[in-house]
Amino acid sequence: MSEIFSPVRVAEARPAPVTGEGAGVRGALIVIAITFLALFLVLPLGAVFVQAFAHGVGAYLDAFKEPDALSAIRLTLTVAAIAVPFNLVFGVAASWAIAKFEFPGKAFLITLIDLPFSVSPVVSGLIYVLLFGSRGLFGGWLQEHNIQILFALPGIVLATIFVTFPFVARELIPLMQEQGSSEEEAALTLGASGWHAFRTVTLPNIRWGLLYSVLLCNARAMGEFGAVSVVSGHIRGLTNTMPLHVEILYNEYNFVAAFAVASLLAALALVTLVVKSVLEWRYAGELAAGRKH
Amino acid sequence: MLHDLSLDVRAGELLGLLGPSGSGKTTLLRIIAGLDAPDRGRILFGGDDATGLPVQQRAVGFVFQHYALFKHMTVADNIAYGLNARRRAERPARAEIKRRVGDLLDLIRLSGFGDRYPSQLSGGQRQRVALARALAVEPRVLLLDEPFGALDAQVRKDLRRWLREIHDRTGQTTIFVTHDQDEALELSDRVAVLDKGRLEQVGTPDEVQENPVSATVLKFLGDSVEVEAIAEGGRVSVRGRETPVAAPAGLLGPVKLYVRPWQLQLVEPEAAHLAGTVRSSYRSQGRQRIEVEEPGGHILAVEDFDGVRYAAGHPVGLRINGGYVFG
Repeated sequence: MSEIFSPVRVAEARPAPVTGEGAGVRGALIVIAITFLALFLVLPLGAVFVQAFAHGVGAYLDAFKEPDALSAIRLTLTVAAIAVPFNLVFGVAASWAIAKFEFPGKAFLITLIDLPFSVSPVVSGLIYVLLFGSRGLFGGWLQEHNIQILFALPGIVLATIFVTFPFVARELIPLMQEQGSSEEEAALTLGASGWHAFRTVTLPNIRWGLLYSVLLCNARAMGEFGAVSVVSGHIRGLTNTMPLHVEILYNEYNFVAAFAVASLLAALALVTLVVKSVLEWRYAGELAAGRKH
Repeated sequence: MLHDLSLDVRAGELLGLLGPSGSGKTTLLRIIAGLDAPDRGRILFGGDDATGLPVQQRAVGFVFQHYALFKHMTVADNIAYGLNARRRAERPARAEIKRRVGDLLDLIRLSGFGDRYPSQLSGGQRQRVALARALAVEPRVLLLDEPFGALDAQVRKDLRRWLREIHDRTGQTTIFVTHDQDEALELSDRVAVLDKGRLEQVGTPDEVQENPVSATVLKFLGDSVEVEAIAEGGRVSVRGRETPVAAPAGLLGPVKLYVRPWQLQLVEPEAAHLAGTVRSSYRSQGRQRIEVEEPGGHILAVEDFDGVRYAAGHPVGLRINGGYVFG
């Protein structure tokens, strides 16, 4: 009986998938991609660390003993510590409103959230100069009341918030839309208050997306250069953030110190990247699909 | 979406809200639950006006078509959610909550599943958990929105019977929404038929089937064919031959007669109300369905015992043994 079914050699006869390219093309594409990455991403990143340690660990550590460097680090941390929670609350509120309710002007609000991504950071900074500068819209009033916004912490925080506010909202909106509101409705019918439902149902459902977006938001808040540069005034030891401090050191030919501070920023970027990858790998299903930054 | 309607739900009954999609049945259910607000009108529970009550205070149990279980909680935590959400003063002691959850797990025949997560359950099991979660808060009324809509045919059937059992055991006043006539007729004590936001008829499954109040209700409850007829002298006749169908008092002249497939009988042409040729036929579950084409091209569906089979093109006569006319 079994002879009737002469074995068909499927494996050998398998047709090549239509989208598959020849081995040569495939190899070439991979080589190009890797070379590109090495040249433009890995090499510069490596160079930062090589330069930072060019004169040994001692010289590297000396860069952080300088009061100006310490104050830059402190300022950067302070700015991030204010801007990130701010955007976290705003982002969750905006996503909640957009994903769960219908209201006039919703499409406009979504567009508005994307604005900082499409505007050059320098312009984002200039907006605040136009508003709060001595010849700006509120400049006179602020001067009369002796309130300092530009060239001080408030201005830097405002510029940072502006630049980084899309991160949380853009991650959460598609995630919340996909999840719908029936779980929240179920919680409400079971007697939960709105806040209780938010805490016990909504928040756990978006936790990984939230953590992911806060990481990205934080990395950008600490690394922002353009907008902050316009509003900071570059006062050493007072309004220089880490990226601005790096620029000043570099312009003074103090390469070791410049790259040492830069290496901190680079390390922050690497840590963000690793945690982000781990989150993506572990909780891919719970992060919004198709809207990765 | 919904037009003015008034619907009385009796304590302890299982009421099916039946209607095609877009008929407003889910909207009505959500308004009762307090998830949507009516433009006007009132919702009364017992004698109490619940119209202004927020959803949390209505004490309804709501079961969603797609379960809406809390994904990040175990089955036991899902069921206990409503009890844990209560203010401290009204919250049962932890041991009491645990006992109630255990009882409900027994009721839904998922004892031992308390530590699992919803993603580890099948669709039918998830919907049972959703039901237990809604029952845990001891609602005044249980509202089910297409509860079996997302399940496959066999599971649906099992769950229907099981829901009926649970209802008989708990006596819980229940309203469920469905677009499936069989489901509504099998499960409900009474059926409310909705169409285009209007309440067409409320009655027991027998009442709505025997005395549908409108062509809409009749058509929605099953197949029918439309036949041109004349009402005269209290009788309905077709092509000059009287039928057993009585015409309502005062109805005279041309009317539309609606006939169910099983109210048509294949007969010799002399005794027939209608005539045509067999177009096609198929057998199913001991019955046969025959499509007959009238000379004008009108198609009639006939249901008969699985007896004599007719070839396509065979001329046949049809006798009308019953039907419905509406004034």
